[in-house]
Amino acid sequence: MAEEEKVEGLQQLKHENQDLPQVLVLGSPTCLQTLKQLYSHKFRFLIPNTSLDSLYPLTAPLSSISAVICSASFSLTAPVLRLLPSLRLVVTTSAGTDHIDLNECGCRGIQVAGAGKLFSEEVADMAVGLLIDVMRRVSAADRFVRTSCEAATWDFPLGYKISGKRIGIVGLGSIGMEVAKRLECFGCTILYHSKHKKSAVSYPFYNSVIDLAATSNALVLCCALNEETRHIVNREVMLALGKEGFIVNVGRGSLIDEKQLVKFLMDGEIGGAALDVFEDEPNVPKELLSMDNVVLTPHCAAFTSECIIKLCELVAGNIEASLSDKPLITQVKW
Amino acid sequence: MGSISVLLVGKVLPYLEQELDKRYNLFRGIDPSQRAAVLRDHAASIRAVVASSSGGPDAALIEALPKLEIVSSFSVGVDRIDLQKCKEKGVRVTNTPDVLTDEVADLTIGLILAVLRRICECDRYVRSGNWKKGDYKLTTKFSGKTLGILGLGRIGAAVAKRAEGFDCSICYYSRNEKPDSKYKYYPSVVELASNCDVLVVACPLTSETHHIINREVINALGPKGVLINIGRGKHVDEPELVSALLEGRLGGAGLDVFEKEPHVPEELFGLENVVLLPHVGSATVETRTAMADLVLDNLEAHFLGKPLLTPLV
Repeated sequence: MAEEEKVEGLQQLKHENQDLPQVLVLGSPTCLQTLKQLYSHKFRFLIPNTSLDSLYPLTAPLSSISAVICSASFSLTAPVLRLLPSLRLVVTTSAGTDHIDLNECGCRGIQVAGAGKLFSEEVADMAVGLLIDVMRRVSAADRFVRTSCEAATWDFPLGYKISGKRIGIVGLGSIGMEVAKRLECFGCTILYHSKHKKSAVSYPFYNSVIDLAATSNALVLCCALNEETRHIVNREVMLALGKEGFIVNVGRGSLIDEKQLVKFLMDGEIGGAALDVFEDEPNVPKELLSMDNVVLTPHCAAFTSECIIKLCELVAGNIEASLSDKPLITQVKW
Repeated sequence: MGSISVLLVGKVLPYLEQELDKRYNLFRGIDPSQRAAVLRDHAASIRAVVASSSGGPDAALIEALPKLEIVSSFSVGVDRIDLQKCKEKGVRVTNTPDVLTDEVADLTIGLILAVLRRICECDRYVRSGNWKKGDYKLTTKFSGKTLGILGLGRIGAAVAKRAEGFDCSICYYSRNEKPDSKYKYYPSVVELASNCDVLVVACPLTSETHHIINREVINALGPKGVLINIGRGKHVDEPELVSALLEGRLGGAGLDVFEKEPHVPEELFGLENVVLLPHVGSATVETRTAMADLVLDNLEAHFLGKPLLTPLV
């Protein structure tokens, strides 16, 4: 995940400031360095000395840990949770919670806090940037300019208009609404699919993602990943979207049947795709790496320097609330 | 109208070239030797010239065509056409305003996001396999930033409207302050540059706006500022821009146009804070077709004695 972390054995920290509340940090969140800079006087951050998704096999320290900070790339499964018998709080540095066994947390009375709406603007900005890039071929054009120094003229394929197009948003939560707000200013018609119709919203609602795809020029995926939404964009949806249809995914990789998407992109059954997330990050299907009608970004839609400090404040705030038995700032309810 | 002679002097959409060929007696004069040959044999019969952003009739060419009645440009920018000469000679000029306004504004926002969020760089990062070694670094948020627009015409206003969806503050510089505008006006480009995070060049190219983005403006924009040029290459003092980027005096740039297209300063190729596009502001199937139809409709209107649709002169 992040740049090389300083490795700290859990044993060493026994001798340091014993009074500070211990917080176990899993999955090397991007904000870790800033978190340590800002809050080492308030918390003792324990970081396992392994880069794998497995805890260092240990004893005493783990049994007393009551708070865990976890990034989206760490699977906080039931077996892992069982290694932490005193756990009361999980704070994830992501908006998504698909990497956490929420049922196990519920059974154990472990509270979960997430990033809430913190990243919504950032992710919406990126979603719009990705949509424009794939439809107007921005990254492909930039590559073209950098490699065609000797060309006498610029002969570059035309893109597709975005203004006035019909954009189908899958998942009209905080991120989806921010995307809608931005694209409305482009004169786009916003349509959506969500688990339930939202009465306060005037955009046309589609109960079926296939119907949404059939009437949209592009789909923007902004929903959470759970059992119902896994592969919500499947073969039928992609066929309905069509040869001049585009997909933008800033949710989770598994929202799309990735193998099918690759096949359709290779066969020209779909116009193009802009993907910030993949089924098996950081692995990206190799067929995509040479395509000009795809844009590929390394799960970074949320990460700007502006949001990192706010994220650290939110993480610290949630931990402090839990320690003082106060309501969490961004409690995840399920 | 198959007997009316028309001279094509700029690169246009194939569809337009085909239609001109069908409807008129079309001569191609895009490259200089082609043009010289056409002029030698047919100068006296040419009644219309079709221009584009890559080529238009200068004073010499206009003088060489005694029967010239109309210049129809496949572009909104007419800096390649000697408008003054056209006025003197009673030659009508049409361009393609409005049909490409949205397109260019869309791309402008795309360029801003590509630069600030490093989208092209991120794409390169993934394609090169670097993601397996670690995450990409933090980038810069766009929402909430201050956008400075140089030239609040159709395109500038369309960019502003889109930026409002990102909760940006908008300010502008124009030849004259617009009393009905809700955006903040600055009386000079340097002041505009000093007070914004992203500066968008969206004005026409004239003798007054040539190199309007100079060293002083670039320094005022500063090491965290971003310049976006969707106007004409000559709006910017290109060598100054290159040295400012190389020295870190300017935070970044998104450029769709260059002083000597298709030449792009190679020093820019190694920079991760620039995005370089091959003049694609209006390059969509939908818009180029609409522009082509406007050129054809203006020519037809002229030769039928009807009012021109989008006359400039």
